[in-house]
Amino acid sequence: MNGVKVFLSRPLVKWALAGVLVAFLAILPMLAIDIPGVFPGPTYTPGTLQLIAFSMLIASLALSYHLIFGVAGLLSFGHALYFAIGAYGLGIALRHFGLELLPAIILTFVIGLVIAAAVGALSLRVTGISFAMVTLAFAQAGSVLIRKNPGQLTGGDEGLALDTTHVPDMFVGVLQTKNLYWLCLAILVIVFLVSSWFEQSRAGHVVAATRENELRVRVIGIRPYFVKLLTFVIGGVLATIVGMAYLLLQSSATQKLASADFTLTLLVIVVLGGVGYRWGAVIGGVVYTLLDQRLTAFASSDAVSGLPDFLRIPLSQPLFILGTLFILVVLFLPGGLAGIPGRIAGTRSRTNEPRPAPEKNVLEELE
Amino acid sequence: MSTVILLLITGLGLGALYFLIASGLSLIYGLMGVLNFAHGSFLTLGAYIGWEVARVLGADNWAVFIASVLVGAAVGAAFAAATEFFLIRKLYERHIEQVLVTVGLALASVALFDGIWGTDPIYVTGPSWLGGTTEILGASIPNNRFILILASVLVLLGIVAFLKYTRYGLIIRAGVENRSMVTALGIDVRRAFTVVFAIGGAAAGVGGVLASSYYGYVSSGIGGSLLIFAFIVTVIGGLGSLSGAAIAAALVAVLQQFANFYLGGTGDFVVVLLLAVVLLVRPSGLLGSKA
Repeated sequence: MNGVKVFLSRPLVKWALAGVLVAFLAILPMLAIDIPGVFPGPTYTPGTLQLIAFSMLIASLALSYHLIFGVAGLLSFGHALYFAIGAYGLGIALRHFGLELLPAIILTFVIGLVIAAAVGALSLRVTGISFAMVTLAFAQAGSVLIRKNPGQLTGGDEGLALDTTHVPDMFVGVLQTKNLYWLCLAILVIVFLVSSWFEQSRAGHVVAATRENELRVRVIGIRPYFVKLLTFVIGGVLATIVGMAYLLLQSSATQKLASADFTLTLLVIVVLGGVGYRWGAVIGGVVYTLLDQRLTAFASSDAVSGLPDFLRIPLSQPLFILGTLFILVVLFLPGGLAGIPGRIAGTRSRTNEPRPAPEKNVLEELE
Repeated sequence: MSTVILLLITGLGLGALYFLIASGLSLIYGLMGVLNFAHGSFLTLGAYIGWEVARVLGADNWAVFIASVLVGAAVGAAFAAATEFFLIRKLYERHIEQVLVTVGLALASVALFDGIWGTDPIYVTGPSWLGGTTEILGASIPNNRFILILASVLVLLGIVAFLKYTRYGLIIRAGVENRSMVTALGIDVRRAFTVVFAIGGAAAGVGGVLASSYYGYVSSGIGGSLLIFAFIVTVIGGLGSLSGAAIAAALVAVLQQFANFYLGGTGDFVVVLLLAVVLLVRPSGLLGSKA
């Protein structure tokens, strides 16, 4: 048992397993795997592919948020802004500027980069709760801007539909869902590779050290500001890229993409998966999307509508179930879903040894 | 001139509403370091229950209105105290987790309100005087603004008196200054935590009933949309400072009204801008003590 664990934890083996998983996901549109209750139909059908592709996008977005929240320890409440910039930027560039797909993508990318750098540079001057509030305020400003519909650009409450004139035919229409599916898979792989590369880079190590103890990093002679800003910008730009893919997949952008609620959803996903685990963000994103989708179907099913009121009302609200689940995870499962294997292994190796009570550091408290 | 008066007094009315939420947020943050995302839900529950009371007892007389405000306050206080007791208490000293739990509670409770009362806004009526206007220096001011201002002044005075003249108030004030020292002196601060949550919840519950009269309807989203501005108010005023929250609430809301009128509906932007400027110039807020 122990040998297996050591074998599995080798980096090469890990990457090989990940490669097998990606290859399996890549051939999924050719297969007819049907998991009733999880997918709406066999895996080659457009509906199921769309759902899996969507969950992969949410997983990528959660990964980009993981860089900011999990690695750098920055509690940003404005991450949805960069996602919305991706979706709306590409949509506006295609519809109103009449650009070809590639120039539109480059333009959106640059806008995302500039805004992330500007907001990051400003808001990183404060820390902790104040940082959360400043990022929240900027995202709120973006959300208000989208709703106000300046110059008829964003479509206001009605949202912005994708203009397919300049989009290649391979990405348009229900029959082409598998191409979009592969696109989303590619984005998930790219975002995953970028975030693991970043975490293992020197900047990644410095920012993780800053999260643990900023003062010590300063004492060593490194200024944490720039690595934090770098992390913030990388996370923001990745979210912009995911936003662009979202527009192609869903064919429209709505104003709730920039809302504070959407960032809170990302926070829920990252915590559900396990803060600090790259795989946790991916698993959290996929599990959350599937749960959200399936709970909505469950809520309108006959099994629920036949129940007495006090059971029917809570069960017919997917967000109520997800919110409650989230509270339970925070209270009883601090490592999230990705932390479960470690917890099981941990309890087995030291069954009778009580966990040391977390001792409160009085000095820290008095600072 | 009459426009300025109108904007000023409606702005103060809105500011009163912000203050009713921000006062609780600020006290809770000051004592416990918890940023309470569920505070909007306390307000929404107060609004719904207040509406239920008015529906059962008949809408348009003053006694019922006052009763619904009091019941809203009681319900908000009970919800808040239960939140502290069952959820926050388990996570002492783990601030991020505490924030996360309140986020989860906010999501779950809003969904539950949707399930119980439906997603459509419920229109409310109060005593007929509330729906009318009063002429002041040529400006017709909606009467419910006066009630809001009066209620928030009463709440402010009530909280100040409580903090100043009661034993719990003393413990809370000392706890905001230095919690470790209070604990070291052998005083159980935890009961004060529950009290602070209950006070904040009661203020939010009052705010809920009055907000439904201000907007003319109740919906599950009113708490959440007010909460964001209340956060901004709390941060601008300085986290933990009650008087800071009061000043910032008035400032933010009046500025918002004026910008909405004179600068083409840009009130929300101006508020965000103000927050950015305040945080960059004075990161601890207007009256915050610690940087």
